[in-house]
Amino acid sequence: MRTDDLVTMLATGAGAVEPNQAARRYATATGFGVLGGAMLMVSLLGVRADIAAAALQPMFWVKLAFVASLAAASLLAAARLSRPGRRLAWATGALAAPVIAIWLLSAVALLQADPAQREALFYGETSDSCPLLIALLAAPAFVAVMWAMRGLAPTRLRLAGAGAGLLAGTVGALVYSLHCPESGAPFIGFWYPLGMLIPTAFGAVLGPSLLRW
Amino acid sequence: MEEQGRPSASEERLRNLLVRGLGGDAPAYHAFLQELSAYLRAFLRRRLVRLPDEVEDLLQESMLAVHNQRHTYDTNQPLTAWVHAIAKYKLVDLLRRRASRDLLTDPLDNTLDVLAASDTEAADARRDVRKLLEQLPDRQRLPIVHMKLEGLSVAEAARVTGMSESAVKVGVHRGLKALASIIRGDT
Repeated sequence: MRTDDLVTMLATGAGAVEPNQAARRYATATGFGVLGGAMLMVSLLGVRADIAAAALQPMFWVKLAFVASLAAASLLAAARLSRPGRRLAWATGALAAPVIAIWLLSAVALLQADPAQREALFYGETSDSCPLLIALLAAPAFVAVMWAMRGLAPTRLRLAGAGAGLLAGTVGALVYSLHCPESGAPFIGFWYPLGMLIPTAFGAVLGPSLLRW
Repeated sequence: MEEQGRPSASEERLRNLLVRGLGGDAPAYHAFLQELSAYLRAFLRRRLVRLPDEVEDLLQESMLAVHNQRHTYDTNQPLTAWVHAIAKYKLVDLLRRRASRDLLTDPLDNTLDVLAASDTEAADARRDVRKLLEQLPDRQRLPIVHMKLEGLSVAEAARVTGMSESAVKVGVHRGLKALASIIRGDT
């Protein structure tokens, strides 16, 4: 087979390509991920009982903003990692910014707190379960995001797998934050990212085999 | 990325052809693939000096990949970077596969055989696409034969094969992916 014949074969009847396929795949995947995670959360854990009162507290919104901005940044990162020849570029900064912000807030909170209270601020009451539950709620998003990425063309598979896992982790954390009763910045700045890193690690391990094309 | 020395005029020209092709302009898409294959052949030949027999096969596999993944091209993105990343991905894939195979069979070859042979013409790939097509199931092979080799439209191919139009489209798409993986040798 000559390459020219292959070219002719490929070009014949190739037709138009739907634009924005990447955006639509990711919209579908995050939608499914949020929905699946929310269903798991409601059926297994339940929304926190005091959510109406909690919503009046600024820390509730700080927590939500932290997780949502990480989710948005990792969505951008995953989308960039799905296209050949795209670099992460500023997506790295967008990922780092919320983490740095919450750590600064944590430092302030820890410094202002009475030394005897610091341990409680860091460990809260749910540090044993928080990372694992975030990883659990991320599972539907993990499957959905891997599906989205498989239909595109990541070329750095380990990094792309990690990016997909991180996106799933942030979706899981977003859902979990509606259940989680904690409000200390030091708690959120440590245990939340730890939970998100579990699917990230899974993604990095599975990426090279799941995302190959 | 690392690709240099390619005049930006050809980047501009190829990008234009691809964008028109993505919009459904078949002659533009054909011209894009044809010109791109010449650039890619040179690119791969420079990087496969010790494996000249692999160049044409890898070129065809890269062209299939470009075609199958054309929906991942972002029109704001430099075409060179996109194509380069695809070709490099396929190249690394080939070298990795060969490395694991060669380690099992022959010692690493360190002879200076660069000048042992010169070829200016594209050697025909060793695999015949028609033979490869025979390995595909009918629901993939027939749509490819009718649409890609005989040039029928989706509607015509659907009528000839008795398949639905969407089954024809899916068949072509899956069949091309399957061809790529047969060429790659992972079955």
